[in-house]
Amino acid sequence: MATSQKPIASMSSITKRFLDVTANNDIDFNLYPGEICALLGENGAGKTTLMNILFGYYACDEGEIFIKGEKAELSAPRDAISRGVGMVRQHFALVPSQTVLENIIIGTDYGKGLFLDLKSARTKLLRLQKKFGLQVDPDARVWTLSVGEQQKVEILKALYRDVDILIMDEPTAVLAPAETVELFNTLKSMVKEGRSVVFISHKLNEVMEIADRVVVLRGGRVVAGRKTSETNIKELANLMVGRDLLERLEKKKVRPGKPVLEIENLRALNDKKLLALKGLNLVVRKNEILGMAGISGNGQRELSEALFGTRDPIGGTIKINGEAPRLGSPVSFIRLKMGRIPEDRIETGLMMDLSVEENLILENHATPEFQRFGMMNFKKIHQFSEDLIGAYSIMTAGRDAVTSSLSGGNLQKVMLARELAGRPAVVVASQPTRGLDVGAMEYIHQRILQEKERGAGVLLISEDLDEIFALSDRITVLYEGVIMGDVPVAEASREQIGLWMSGVTK
Amino acid sequence: MGEFLEAAFISGLMGAMMRMATPIIFATLGEILAERSGVLNLGIEGIMLMGAMTGFLVTFGTGSLWFGVLMAAIVGMILGLLMAFLSVNLGLSQHVSGLGITLFSTGLAMFIYRLYFGSPTVPPIVPPFKQVSLPLLSKIPVIGPGLFTQYTLTYLAWLLIPVMSILLYKTKMGLKIRTVGENPVVADTVGVSVILTRTLCLVVGGALMGVGGAFLTLAHQNMFLIDVIGGRGWVSIAMVIFGNWDPLKGAIGALIFGFLDGLQLRLQGLGFHISFHIFLMIPYLLTIVALIGVSRKASVPASLLKPYRREEKGG
Repeated sequence: MATSQKPIASMSSITKRFLDVTANNDIDFNLYPGEICALLGENGAGKTTLMNILFGYYACDEGEIFIKGEKAELSAPRDAISRGVGMVRQHFALVPSQTVLENIIIGTDYGKGLFLDLKSARTKLLRLQKKFGLQVDPDARVWTLSVGEQQKVEILKALYRDVDILIMDEPTAVLAPAETVELFNTLKSMVKEGRSVVFISHKLNEVMEIADRVVVLRGGRVVAGRKTSETNIKELANLMVGRDLLERLEKKKVRPGKPVLEIENLRALNDKKLLALKGLNLVVRKNEILGMAGISGNGQRELSEALFGTRDPIGGTIKINGEAPRLGSPVSFIRLKMGRIPEDRIETGLMMDLSVEENLILENHATPEFQRFGMMNFKKIHQFSEDLIGAYSIMTAGRDAVTSSLSGGNLQKVMLARELAGRPAVVVASQPTRGLDVGAMEYIHQRILQEKERGAGVLLISEDLDEIFALSDRITVLYEGVIMGDVPVAEASREQIGLWMSGVTK
Repeated sequence: MGEFLEAAFISGLMGAMMRMATPIIFATLGEILAERSGVLNLGIEGIMLMGAMTGFLVTFGTGSLWFGVLMAAIVGMILGLLMAFLSVNLGLSQHVSGLGITLFSTGLAMFIYRLYFGSPTVPPIVPPFKQVSLPLLSKIPVIGPGLFTQYTLTYLAWLLIPVMSILLYKTKMGLKIRTVGENPVVADTVGVSVILTRTLCLVVGGALMGVGGAFLTLAHQNMFLIDVIGGRGWVSIAMVIFGNWDPLKGAIGALIFGFLDGLQLRLQGLGFHISFHIFLMIPYLLTIVALIGVSRKASVPASLLKPYRREEKGG
């Protein structure tokens, strides 16, 4: 196989430090022509950093890079691009207000003299689309495209530059199962032509399916390299985590009680004033976790915002414990005991420049317990926040520490501590473990299960099917603003949920 | 009131509209260029004033109107470069940098003027530009004489509108400018220099603002007064929003402003017994009203106001 050949790209003794963190520590990595090589590792293992170095986005502190046998000094992505390296990052590098074609040709040597030559660019693009089966309208504005289509634009952008090495950073995270199959076909046809693909992922079954070879990273070091034909999921999992994975979470049997969250015919617009929720109905009962699966962008954000009181729906009713909050009023939802865990803890959940304590009392600061005539009762506030920091084992320099100094997992603990302190009747958790490492994830999962056992009804909105299956009592799928179905977890199959996620009903 | 309908009145109003719109068109196009690349240039009012002062001073000294215009453009470019240094290279707040330049330029313009002329009781004057009648077009009845007997700078302003549209939408440079203004990360990734593109836009934009200012002291009037710009820079910022960052629509806004400005002058002349200050307010008030209507669906360049630095964080 490939290993007998000379590598097309070779990185040796790469070290990269960010302030006090060593993201890449003396890493050697080779990529061979015509292979799909997976970079496997947990969040923070250094996969993306390593590839950002190969793409010229970061400069490495130590080490050398050879591309096609030549030593490469990469001071910016353009240096990598000119050597035939392309990268599709997790956050797409596209301009939403411009057309597909404009996005693809920017920065290439196109056109006659000063002017754009859209005609010949289009011809070239159409040829590539046909060859690799990447169908997307060249004249569509990028913001009108689905995430899957935007990814195709990114791949086309790389192919248009005739890359020999394509780096894909967690490409399936945003795709429905059917789109993933399509993507894999495209990647396979690319390597058949002799191109090489680096596939960054932490999903073991995907890596086994698509890659020829796997390089496992942990804590910024390479811990193993394997051919997929000579390894298995269990071995890779142990290599990736560095210990045996935990057994399944312990899910106590609790009988669901009366409905605590009832949503009827909810309709809401998204930021572009298009209908994002098209008459949505659902019920969450006491002592129950309802898992809502689905690809992002199908109305999840609008639903959670409507339930947080930060988005005014255009129709429908929401009831918490039988009472209707004032829609579009966050205070009203807080008063009715809604625990709100937004998908973006940094942007919407927490104030990063304030102290941990200030974030912890944000929702309670105006209650008689903590203030009198507008003057804060700091004695009680200090007690309250120190209790929470202890109860949730939040790793922080102290209650006065600035929140931005906390790690992702601890930020989410602050988030949970604040929202769960008031013993909410309903908890809406949107992507609660996105971007967290395994340890923090386990903790959050246990907390959510505890909330259910205490008596809360939980609506868990997540893209992570493993999470949905591990925690939920019932599973439902949101697709294009409507509920596709509702099934108890014991009767649910991944195939069925996957079909619902891509809009197929049966 | 019959005067409203007379051909002379309409022709005069059309002429005034074109004249009053000219500095706004220059400045609006300059600002559109800057904002499309992602930089709000609040130095506009000060740059226009420096342009007005420089144009006047150079013409007074050399006797050449066009040399005055050229120097006004160059001073505009230098101030644009200063804006680029502060807001692009150093990545300072665009608001603070821009307002700083306006305050600095206002003081500097007055300082240089005083240095040269002292405090004369009668302001010195220059022989201003003369209006040129376009053959045929200026013979069109009623509107022709007004619309097509104008200063060369006015014709130049009109010529610049399609030039700017073509630059933004049809050229390689335009695609780069728009991409830098929407998403500098994308531009940087594909090898378009964000710093260079933004600097270029601020420099060229500054030149246009400078010329817009010089129009006021070399054509519209023939003297320099400290309040000669009179908020036209701020109005131009409003016109950029009104025009949704599009050169043609921005120019239409400038034209409407010019029309109202010309109209209020004439209404004053018709002898209504209302303070002329009220009339002076009209175009500004209506600008605000127009903005309320338009700006709700404005599509701001996505990276406007955001200094760009390549990300250096863990991933």
